[in-house]
Amino acid sequence: MGRKILLEHINVPGINTFDVYRQKGGYRALEKALKTMSSDDIVEEVKKSGLRGRGGAGFPTGMKWSFLAKPEGKARYLVCNADESEPGTFKDRYLMTYIPHLLVEGMIVSSFALGANTSYIYVRGEMMPQIRILEKAIAEAKAAGFLGKNILGSGFDHEVYVQPGGGAYICGEETALIESLEGKRGNPRIKPPFPAISGLYNCPTVVNNVETIAAVVPIVNDGGDEYAKIGIGRSTGTKLISASGNLNKPGVYEIELGVTVEDFIYSDEYCGGIANGKRLKAVVAGGSSVPILPANLILKLANGENRLMTYESLSDGGFATGTMLGSGGFVAFDEDQCIVRNTWNFSRFYHHESCGQCSPCREGTGWMEKVLHRLEYGHGKLSDIDLLVDVSKKIEGNTICPLGDAAAWPVASAIRHFRDEFEWHVTNPKEAMERNYGLAGYADPLPKPEEVM
Amino acid sequence: MSEKVKVSIDGITIEVEPGTSILNAARIIGGDIVPPAMCYYSKLEGSGGKCRTCLVKVSKGSEKDPRPMPKLVASCRTAVMDGMEVQNITSPEVKEARKGVVEMLLINHPLDCPVCDQAGECHLQDLGYEHGSEATRYEFERRTFDRIDIGDKIQLHMTRCILCYRCVYVADQLTEKREHGILGRGDASEISTYIEKAIENDFSGNVIDVCPVGALTDKTFRFKQRVWFTKPVEAHRDCPTCTGKVSLWYKGEDVIRVTARKDVYGEVEDFICNTCRFEKKNTNDWIIDGPRQISNRSVISSNHYEQLAPPPVVRKNLALQAANKEEFERATKH
Ligand SMILES: Cc1cc2nc3c(=O)[nH]c(=O)nc-3n(C[C@H](O)[C@H](O)[C@H](O)COP(=O)(O)O)c2cc1C
Ligand code: SF4
Ligand code: SF4
Ligand code: FES
Repeated sequence: MGRKILLEHINVPGINTFDVYRQKGGYRALEKALKTMSSDDIVEEVKKSGLRGRGGAGFPTGMKWSFLAKPEGKARYLVCNADESEPGTFKDRYLMTYIPHLLVEGMIVSSFALGANTSYIYVRGEMMPQIRILEKAIAEAKAAGFLGKNILGSGFDHEVYVQPGGGAYICGEETALIESLEGKRGNPRIKPPFPAISGLYNCPTVVNNVETIAAVVPIVNDGGDEYAKIGIGRSTGTKLISASGNLNKPGVYEIELGVTVEDFIYSDEYCGGIANGKRLKAVVAGGSSVPILPANLILKLANGENRLMTYESLSDGGFATGTMLGSGGFVAFDEDQCIVRNTWNFSRFYHHESCGQCSPCREGTGWMEKVLHRLEYGHGKLSDIDLLVDVSKKIEGNTICPLGDAAAWPVASAIRHFRDEFEWHVTNPKEAMERNYGLAGYADPLPKPEEVM
Repeated sequence: MSEKVKVSIDGITIEVEPGTSILNAARIIGGDIVPPAMCYYSKLEGSGGKCRTCLVKVSKGSEKDPRPMPKLVASCRTAVMDGMEVQNITSPEVKEARKGVVEMLLINHPLDCPVCDQAGECHLQDLGYEHGSEATRYEFERRTFDRIDIGDKIQLHMTRCILCYRCVYVADQLTEKREHGILGRGDASEISTYIEKAIENDFSGNVIDVCPVGALTDKTFRFKQRVWFTKPVEAHRDCPTCTGKVSLWYKGEDVIRVTARKDVYGEVEDFICNTCRFEKKNTNDWIIDGPRQISNRSVISSNHYEQLAPPPVVRKNLALQAANKEEFERATKH
């Protein structure tokens, strides 16, 4: 059994309330931090823990915190990114629904470490129930004296506010989130300046994912070194994975970074295999933005070793044979699923969600969607496939924010690994409308790597 | 004054003030190495970074940190560093990316230049001509919008808009009440005013001048004349609201349009007020300063009097010279 540190008490009845959370050792980290540690100590522990951002980019959190500018006489802010809108990702919602106090405690401790007296939790607008849950949790924490003025006599004042999101995926991009929080249209800002220098209301700001902030609690409780013992290499600690698709047991799992992908999919501890006795065809391992991989490549590295659920192992092989851990949205596709249709569906999402500021993303996402739609519905041409690759290249890397890349990668990777299936949609349009392409060779063992002389 | 920093663009080295953008450094050098800029406007704070036509490659970050930048950067929003080396037209990667951006800007553009008042002074036309390809690969219906009147003097033809946001910044920075902005998202974004309200402000007409395409046009000039048949002169008047420095655009003896004075990058010298722009259309409202310099690369120059110097074929043919005597005399007077 893998260790659980975020979801350890998730099945305890009433853990969503202050009293039960407290009985189970909740707010210990807060007491420890405020009474015995300096803010620099906490940053140091987080650095030692090796914790990396759980929102998608995987940037080391301790490093991000130490970049925060600290000019005299200017407020600093911590903003929690709870806008979770990436297709395939639903772990933050789970955490906020069932154990909201973990996030609230993490917010207070992190804010203390960063010297922020005001912090915000920016929650996806559609998650109204979670917004109420968090507000209730904040009120409970305040009633217990963990929020407000001079918390536990430490001289530290702190307030946490919940802000319902603007209703767009793009508001999850950190600078768009800041704009939206300021009450403006959620357009990503042009960087530099980065939020660490000039973020919310032009003040130094740290934006962190819900899970990142929650993980600060066990790090403070047990120490960064203890946290870093879990995991492999630079992928330390545990990670929440949102497993969905054709799995026997979809859901949110807390894994120790480093379990094999094979174990994660097939073992009974986790997803329990592919549903309905089907075979695995493909996996999107980290939310809709990351490259899709066929079954054989997601299970094994190009050199034949098992692929692991870590930042490094999932991206092994670059984009030629690898993908990314991203936000941990793990979507499995069985042999009956159509890759062309899925790619079209993803690109429909990005087309709809592009903010429209920069030309390659605004125009390119719509273009790709239209071409994919045509392919899926049997009106495509063989030249469309190369056209898609070319358009995706024209978007990738040339935009203001990473949404452009996120729109380009799924298309480019689907064509890289499943070109036959795209071609089949063109050459057999009628059949493609009636049945799926099937498994073809996507689950076959990888060819043995050639010996390099 | 702080130390100047040294930057090289396409191999040409120049020293500029710290904090200067790559684009502005390139404009100081001038010529072909200046990246095209469809959204940046030096007089509008916060503009730029959006259209991505000005992308360049930074092959050396600075003297201190010589690593190249991993991605192409928007030159209008990237400050130069000491020792920075930039590639624009010398980088195939930049040219390819720019071609992509131009293609993207054009896939939903109506290409209705024959009936567009902006034709001839449209930056998208120039951009397409210089960096685009002849044929489109886009085979879908183009996005269209209804035309909207913004007050009685300005027309918004959203179908032609490239969403450069310049007009939004004008509305934001030159007018005190913000009623003009962007609705919708992604490729359904549109410029609009709050419930199609007229922007009632002395400076609202400047949105016409900053618009790089024919999306915001002057209704008082609508369909009056192709710009290359008009003759621009510089003029001024004593205006209580603005500097009163304008360009008058003549057709024969009539002033058919008044605009601010624009440079080769389409940037105005001074923003002008609506009274100057829309109300003063008589020569005797103005003091004429002289003919307007027009780049000989612009189609407007084809009819400019300075260019009326006899073309070679005429110069050698005495019969033709005699037939055009009057024009020659006028042309050679300057
Ligand atoms: C289009 C887009 C959407 C994003 N959506 C989210 C999101 O919903 N939740 C999130 O935590 N991070 C999201 N991110 C990542 C954030 O920009 C940012 O990197 C993250 O909040 C940083 O937190 P971390 O360091 O704790 O991961 C998104 C990024 C992009 C480009
Ligand atoms: S890449 Fe897309 S979402 Fe991001 S700023 Fe540009 S248009 Fe907006
Ligand atoms: S209307 Fe003109 S100025 Fe305004 S965003 Fe569109 S192209 Fe730019
Ligand atoms: S001019 Fe630089 S991005 Fe538009």
